[in-house]
Amino acid sequence: MLRAKPISGDLLELQREIQGYADEFGLDYFPQVFEMCDYDTINILAAQGGFPIRYPHWKFGMDYDQLSKGYRFGIQKIYEMVINSDPCYAYLLEVNNWLDQKLVMAHVYGHNDFFKNNMWFSNTNRKMMDVMANHGTKIRRYMEKYGQEKVESFIDKALSIENLLDINHLFETNEVLESRRRKEELAKLEGENDGYMNDDRSAALKSFMRGQEKIKNSEIGPEEEVVAEKNVGRGERDIMRFLIQNAPIEEWQADILGCIREEAYYFLPQRITKIMNEGWASYWHSTIMTTRAMNPNEFIDFADKHAGVMVMSKQNINPYKIGIELFRDIEFRWNTGRFGKDYNECDSLEEKENWNKDLGLGRDKIFEIRKSHNDISFIDEFLTPEFCNRQQLFTYKFNPRSSRMEIDTRDFAAIKQKLLTQLTNFGQPLIQVEDANFMNRKELLLKHVHQGVDLDMQFASQTMSNIFAIWKRPVNLSTQYEDKEVVFHFDGKEMKQLNK
Amino acid sequence: MDHPIKRDHARFRKIVKGKVRENLRKYVSQGQQIIPKGDDKFTVPMPSIDIPRFKFGDKSEGGTGQGQGEQGEPVDGEPGEGQPGEGEAGEGEGNKELEVEMGVDELAKILGEELELPNIEPKGKQQIASTVDKYTSIGTVGPDSLKHLKRTYKQALKRQMATGIYDPSNPRVVPIRSDYRYRSADTKIEMENSAVVIYMMDVSGSMGEEQKEIVRTESFWINLWLKSQYKDIDIRYIIHDATAKEVEEETFFRTRESGGTLISSAFKLCKHIIETDYDPNEWNIYPFHFSDGDNWSADDTKMCLSLLDDHILPASNMFCYGQVESRYGSGQFYKDLNAKYHQDHEKVILSKIKNKDAILDSIKEFLGKGK
Repeated sequence: MLRAKPISGDLLELQREIQGYADEFGLDYFPQVFEMCDYDTINILAAQGGFPIRYPHWKFGMDYDQLSKGYRFGIQKIYEMVINSDPCYAYLLEVNNWLDQKLVMAHVYGHNDFFKNNMWFSNTNRKMMDVMANHGTKIRRYMEKYGQEKVESFIDKALSIENLLDINHLFETNEVLESRRRKEELAKLEGENDGYMNDDRSAALKSFMRGQEKIKNSEIGPEEEVVAEKNVGRGERDIMRFLIQNAPIEEWQADILGCIREEAYYFLPQRITKIMNEGWASYWHSTIMTTRAMNPNEFIDFADKHAGVMVMSKQNINPYKIGIELFRDIEFRWNTGRFGKDYNECDSLEEKENWNKDLGLGRDKIFEIRKSHNDISFIDEFLTPEFCNRQQLFTYKFNPRSSRMEIDTRDFAAIKQKLLTQLTNFGQPLIQVEDANFMNRKELLLKHVHQGVDLDMQFASQTMSNIFAIWKRPVNLSTQYEDKEVVFHFDGKEMKQLNK
Repeated sequence: MDHPIKRDHARFRKIVKGKVRENLRKYVSQGQQIIPKGDDKFTVPMPSIDIPRFKFGDKSEGGTGQGQGEQGEPVDGEPGEGQPGEGEAGEGEGNKELEVEMGVDELAKILGEELELPNIEPKGKQQIASTVDKYTSIGTVGPDSLKHLKRTYKQALKRQMATGIYDPSNPRVVPIRSDYRYRSADTKIEMENSAVVIYMMDVSGSMGEEQKEIVRTESFWINLWLKSQYKDIDIRYIIHDATAKEVEEETFFRTRESGGTLISSAFKLCKHIIETDYDPNEWNIYPFHFSDGDNWSADDTKMCLSLLDDHILPASNMFCYGQVESRYGSGQFYKDLNAKYHQDHEKVILSKIKNKDAILDSIKEFLGKGK
């Protein structure tokens, strides 16, 4: 169905060569599979988040529409795509020339190493292709059973909250997961009498079903139940899990919500390591190309391609550029010993300028960093004033007088603060459950943890309408809006502000 | 088999069309939103197909950038260049202002379905059959100028392979006489039905910008509908105050005159145009007149009525009068026409357009009869 073919012949030879360099530099990667495809196929794959099979939904069609148009009008072109999986799949574009393929391969080995070694990826499912395909089958089946419209409109609602994730879930170490798995197995053994089979339903759904069971079997009186439920989910940021377990939805709906949630968590590590991941891959394509793989006659083309990827923008930082420069800066600092107490407390500018302890620790340091950091800690720990200056970084803000975005400052602390703010919670508003029985009327109260930026209220109102459709009782949102503490109330028809 | 994403794509297109339908009233009342792109294509903005999420209001947020520049220098010069996608294109946020391209037919179809407009039955039996040549097939004879190189090459390749002459290590393909293929024409008989729309507008002092905007928007949609119904369509524009003249489309909507209003002057010119250029036996004729209802005198109105009765109505499919409400207009002309022709006249359609929101209803009044 997909028109991607495994590479062969010269390209396979090239892969062997590049892989040799990757080994030489000590990159540690999953088995690497390259496949070749035409632009239409790569557009399809990109529209589907890199995966050959997804569930049916119009948003993939929309992304495909835009990518195809972008390609047709020459606005954008995808060079390559790489999937976090074991073995690691990457797609090459047929029309790319030899140098492009070389560069892309080197780049892909960087990503592959990052996927395998960065701790934020340690719990991602490396067989996600199968999982995605299964989700597709499941949802298709639900569509046959309940009708496309109905299922699609529920997916629309689920997608509306797929960004409300709890990053800490990625922190769950293997031990935690193991103990949970044991508990679940125990529960399964208990549950076997109830006729639940070992099936392909998602873990979240199973816990949803157990929850329903508990309510059915509960022997506590109604008053006690209200008390017990008062604090249900308080502080929960994994809104989808909360709804799966607590919202009055049907089994198939809970299952779909579980699928969407699982996929969202799969993509999350990539969202919180964008700068590092791209920086690391760029560092390695650059290193491999300039010291090993490139022929002298390819130099101009390589410089041109590389510069294209590294282009700076005034409106946002280019993760490729900032990432690679930061890795290089760290390598340089650790090679020369420009870190630690002695260096930081040195007053002599001249001495600092020529500081060189010949430590040669740079390479080791960046390998260590790629293992243990994410974008936030990466920026927080390694961004320096000198670096900001060299990279010509600045912050900008909206000027109501000219109604344009204008450069605000080049002050180091301000830039760092702004970058960190943008990266906090992968750039999404922090929303948590505050009360699942608000006003003692089974209303849902969500809290937006305000960190300086207001929500877009029009979008918020539509989102709340979608949550209402799942929760089936009014949804409230407490936030700060235009410097005032407010609670918005959505009752199924319209949103209004509650008087405090 | 097609990839399943084609189904997602078709689904997306369908939703988009539904959105256009939903927003039709908005598009109609804000005529500027639909931008003609040539080739009878239009760009329709689609603001709200984003999946709603909790997200930050963008204005207050600001951001970080890279490059030269002093404090206070704007950063939104040119949009940042795209970066190569990296296997997560599916979940990027992106502020995409979606625009969909639609052809005349698609857009007209939506208008037609929404307003339940009947298809127009061209009047009379005088449709002219004409032959049209379309180069849609391939023949073995023809002039060199129509030689189809690709098909010729294919044919030659086929022959060489079949006869075993083809040598992959020396892939030379030489066509011989019998390999040559030519584009050839199929002759089709098409029924011609042509229409002319004659817009007349009062541009005297009392017609302000807003009134003209209403006329402009309404005529855009009327043209759209008639274009979808007729193969050929002519559009003529007449402006008038106390005298009438024919103008270009541009001028029609720009001109602002002052002075008195003699509607009969426009009707006279309309009659003249019909008589010289459009034989009613061959053409479907649609005169539209827009004004704020003021006319200079009762005598002139009388003359208008007789022009209508004796010349314009017999020649036309229908005559439409749209009265745009203005602060200065008395609305008398509508009353006069209404007194004579009443609501249910076969050929005369009267419509009052209060404001932009009433445009859609007015279009329905004009075109709802299917003539």
